[in-house]
This record gives sequence, C-alpha cells and structure tokens, in this order.
Amino acid sequence: MNQHIVPFSQGSKKKQLYLNKIFMSFKSSWQLYVMFLLPLMYILIFKYYPMLGTQIAFKDYKLSKGIWGSEWVGLDHFLRFFKSYQFNRVVFNTLRLSLYAIIAGFPLPIILAISLNYTRKKTYKKLVQMVTYMPHFISVVVMVGIILQFLNPRYGMVNALIVALGGQGIDFMGKPGLFGSVYVWSGVWQNLGYGSIIYLAALAGVSPELHEAAIMDGASLIKRIRHIDIPGIMPTAIILLIMRMGHILDVGFQKILLLQNPMNLRTSETIATYVYKVGLQAGRPDFGYATAIGLSKSVISLVILILVNRFAKRYSETSLW
Amino acid sequence: MLVKSKESKGDRIFRIVNFILLTLFFLAVLYPILYVVSASFSSAEAVISGKVFLWPVGFTLKGYQTILQHHGVWTGYANSIFYAGVGTSINVVFTILAAYPLSRKSFRFRNFFMFVLTFTMIFSGGLIPTYLLVTKLFHHTRWALLIPGALSVYNVIITRTFFQNSIPEEILESAQLDGCNDFQFVWRIVLPLSKSIIAVITLFYVVGHWNEYFSAMLYLKDTKLYPLQLVLRQILVENQTDESMFTDIENMIEKQNLQELLKYALMIVSSIPVLIIYPFVQKHFVKGVMVGSLKG
Repeated sequence: MNQHIVPFSQGSKKKQLYLNKIFMSFKSSWQLYVMFLLPLMYILIFKYYPMLGTQIAFKDYKLSKGIWGSEWVGLDHFLRFFKSYQFNRVVFNTLRLSLYAIIAGFPLPIILAISLNYTRKKTYKKLVQMVTYMPHFISVVVMVGIILQFLNPRYGMVNALIVALGGQGIDFMGKPGLFGSVYVWSGVWQNLGYGSIIYLAALAGVSPELHEAAIMDGASLIKRIRHIDIPGIMPTAIILLIMRMGHILDVGFQKILLLQNPMNLRTSETIATYVYKVGLQAGRPDFGYATAIGLSKSVISLVILILVNRFAKRYSETSLW
Repeated sequence: MLVKSKESKGDRIFRIVNFILLTLFFLAVLYPILYVVSASFSSAEAVISGKVFLWPVGFTLKGYQTILQHHGVWTGYANSIFYAGVGTSINVVFTILAAYPLSRKSFRFRNFFMFVLTFTMIFSGGLIPTYLLVTKLFHHTRWALLIPGALSVYNVIITRTFFQNSIPEEILESAQLDGCNDFQFVWRIVLPLSKSIIAVITLFYVVGHWNEYFSAMLYLKDTKLYPLQLVLRQILVENQTDESMFTDIENMIEKQNLQELLKYALMIVSSIPVLIIYPFVQKHFVKGVMVGSLKG
C-alpha cells in the first residue's frame, strides 16, 4: 500500500486504486493464474490461432510460402463458391437435413422425459433409461455399420422384415430420396434417450407446490402436464433450440461422410463434406477455396445464432445471453 | 392405497396410455441392439437368409473366432486403449486446471476468460486451418490425437458449475485460515469432494477417444498407429477385409457370408469397453449432466 503517491486528479487516483486492486488479487491468488495458464495456452494455440489461419480464405495459399506469406486474392474464393453449381446443392442439402433432424428429433426426447416422469414403476423406469441411453455411446463408425447392415438390399434385417410383411425390398442407400430419412431417424434412435436426460432434470426442477395446488384443485394428469410441466421445461427447450439453430449449418458431418456413396451424393453432399473433399481429399487440395467455404458457413451460423437468440429474447424472455 | 382410489378415470387411462408409449420407446431402442447381439452369435446362413428374428439361430462363435485372427483389430484395440488412457488423463487434468480457477470469485477476469472459452463453442477456425496447424506441429504422430483435443469447453463448464455449487465457500475460507494454498486445496478438498463429476467427464472423454475416427483419418498415415475405429471403418463401411483372414475357406459364397457375420461380431467387440464402463458411471452422469446443464 506504500505505493500510494499523491494523486494528480480524481481519475488517476481511481486508476491507481484499480491497478492496486488487481495487483493485490494477483498476489493473493497467483496460484489460480498459474493453474489457468496451461488451459489458456491450449485454447489460444488450438482454437484462436486457427481463427487467424482463416485468412487463407482470402489468399492464394502456397505451401512454400505458408499462411502468412501467401498472396492476397480478396474475395475470389468466395465468389467462386457462390457462383459454382455446387453452391445451391450443398447449401440446400445442409439446410434440409438439419431442419429435418430438428423437427424429427426435437419433440421425442421431451415426450419420453414426460412419459418417464409419470411412470410409477421405479425399476421399469430405470430399465428404460438404461437401455435408451445406451445407443448414444455407440461410435459413428459402428452406427453407420449397423445402418448399412440393417438396410442392406439383399440380406438386411429391415428388408427381410419388409419382405416378410409382403412388401418389396428397398435399396435404401442407393435412393437419394431416402438419404435424409435414413440419416435423421437413425439419429433419433441413437440420441432419443440421452436427449431426454436434460428434460428429466428440468422436470425435477418444477416446483412440487404447483403440482400439489393443482391436485387440490382437481386437475387431471394431462392438465398438469400441459399447464405446469410443459411451461416448466420451456426455457430448457428454447435454449436447446437456439443452440441447435446456431449449428444449423453443421449437420453430423462424420456420419454423413461415412454414409455417403456415389448413388446418394445428390442429396447427401453438405457444406462440411464438400469442404473436406475440396480441401483434403482432392488430388490437388485447394486449401484457400475450402477455407473460404468453411468460413462462410461459420459466419452464417454465427449470424443465425445471434438472430435466433434476439428473437427468443423478445418473444419468450429466454436467451443464451 | 388411498392415492390410487383418488385417481380419476381419465388419469387411469392416461397412465395406461403412458405405459404403452414408454414400452414402445423401450422396444424400439432395444430391438436393434438385441438383433445385433443375436446375429453375432448366429450362423452366417441364418443371418443372411433372414431367419434371425430375436434369438441366435444356429449358435456359433465363428464371427468372433475370425476376429481373433485379424491383426488390424488387435493393434487397433491396443492403440485405442493407449489413446483413450493417455488422452483422457491429459483431458481430465486440463479440465480441472481450467474449471477450478473459473469457479473462484477471487479469480479476476473470470467472466472474460469464460467468454474466451465459450466463444470457441460457437465459432472456430474450421477444418483446414486446424489441419494445417496440427500437421505442422505433430507431423502425423500419435501426439496429433492427444494434444489438439486436450480440452472440451463443454466439460469445463459442467465441471466449473459443479465446483461452484458443491464446494461451499466456508470450506475454502476455513482452509485458507489454516494456511492452505490453492494447490493444496484442489488436491486435498476439491478433488475428493468432486468424485462424481470427475467420473462423468472421464467417461465423456474416454468415450470420445474410443469413438474417434475422423482426426485419426486426417492425421495418421502409418497403419500401425491406427485406432480401432479406423480399422472398423475399412471393414464395416468400406467393405474391405483382409483376404488372409479367410485362408481356410475355399468357397467364395461362404467367405462372403462369413464377412457379414464378422461385421456383427465386430460391432459387439468394439463396443464392449464402453458398455462395461457405462453402467458404473450411469448414475453419476445423470447427476452430472443435471448439475451442469441446469444451473450453468
């Protein structure tokens, strides 16, 4: 405290006090800063440095010249992408798959959670939870393996079932029109149970007094669900929806990449898989172009997230920030 | 049984409908799992001709025997255990080092650093710049699978929330009075009190490493370093099996049949480690997810 020199003015005194305060806090809890150093370095190197690397979207990237040395080309890569015949296709596919996944995948975990919540048999409830959470932990590769085995046109389980019921076998993976459904419903199967956990938590947080009061008033179970439980889990649902909207342009990239084949490419090529193909899989990788496509995607996602958040804030008083 | 007699007719119908609905969910998820297990123990002919419905038909361990002879599967298994073990240790240490300071009020700028972390959840440099960085730093070595994913911001957030909610300020104050510094406090008090959240994030990280195939595909060139998932991809998705696995079989059709059976057995064998840990941690992770997500 002996560094307190006579202040010249109010402003600098305030500043001095502020700096002093920071100094004191560094001194008293320097160990916290030391602990945080390693994670912070990790984040800066592996998360923020690549953000600087996106400058190659505006450059003619040459391996010999590196990220910083390559020459600027302005918006060339972006214009090339917007004008390419692939543009409409990949953007449309991405949006279609994403919206389909949200519409199909959003209500079911909520229904499952409510259903579990009103089951009296505790052991059955535990059993259902245990089994429905399990698929979440299956790897993408195995999941795609299961899908391909089940839908195999010659001896897949699903086709065997269709034939047994008197129908005709379907070559699911060869029909571009069915790609979306295969992708989305397998995802619903895999994540239904796990997705319900968060709603179960939200339901557990609903005040029991509300339910007691409703029971006193003679409300039926359905009425209690509609007027107490659903409004109770709404904030959680909205937050999750906002998050999903922010990721509307990155649908399950890894799964789609594995599910793709030349026959369904027309409906299965998305922005992310296209970036991968242009940038890393191609014989002559085009890093600048691929980065430009990836960057457009990230920027649009960010804008959507901000807009949806603002919209949610205005109409439901729930928002991310 | 007072409660029951109070129940109206409508409520009873609701309970019945609810029970049926729940059972439908249950069966819809359970059946495919059961089918894969049954098929892996059935004879190849039964699987291919669609005779397997619920239980194994023509019980055999042939699929599993074939896996035993496959080199790729074994090195893949060993590599995956290595990546999951070492990778998860790094992950857990990093996560605690980040989450503990962020949970403390005396850590100045913690809101700023929280923002620095969470911003990476909604915006990233993207595939190519990350690829360029990682290949430059690690040159297709094992490190490329261990370091670039050292921290998951989501896990930091749930861990931080757990610390905030379950380590009372009073404990910290009295520990500080006894001359305990922050390092000692984390080691002696925070960690022992946080077993459940540590179990949860450990499970998340282990499963993440075990299931990872994409970064392995990007960053590894040497097949000796391949994790199990990359080996699985060749067999399950790309339909490439090493011919040497079927040396004792002359018949083409029989070879193909066995290949299908092998796939079911592989699905089981590769998922076993995760399925073994899962029940032990299940009760913890429900709690962990609840704590982390609701008050976050």
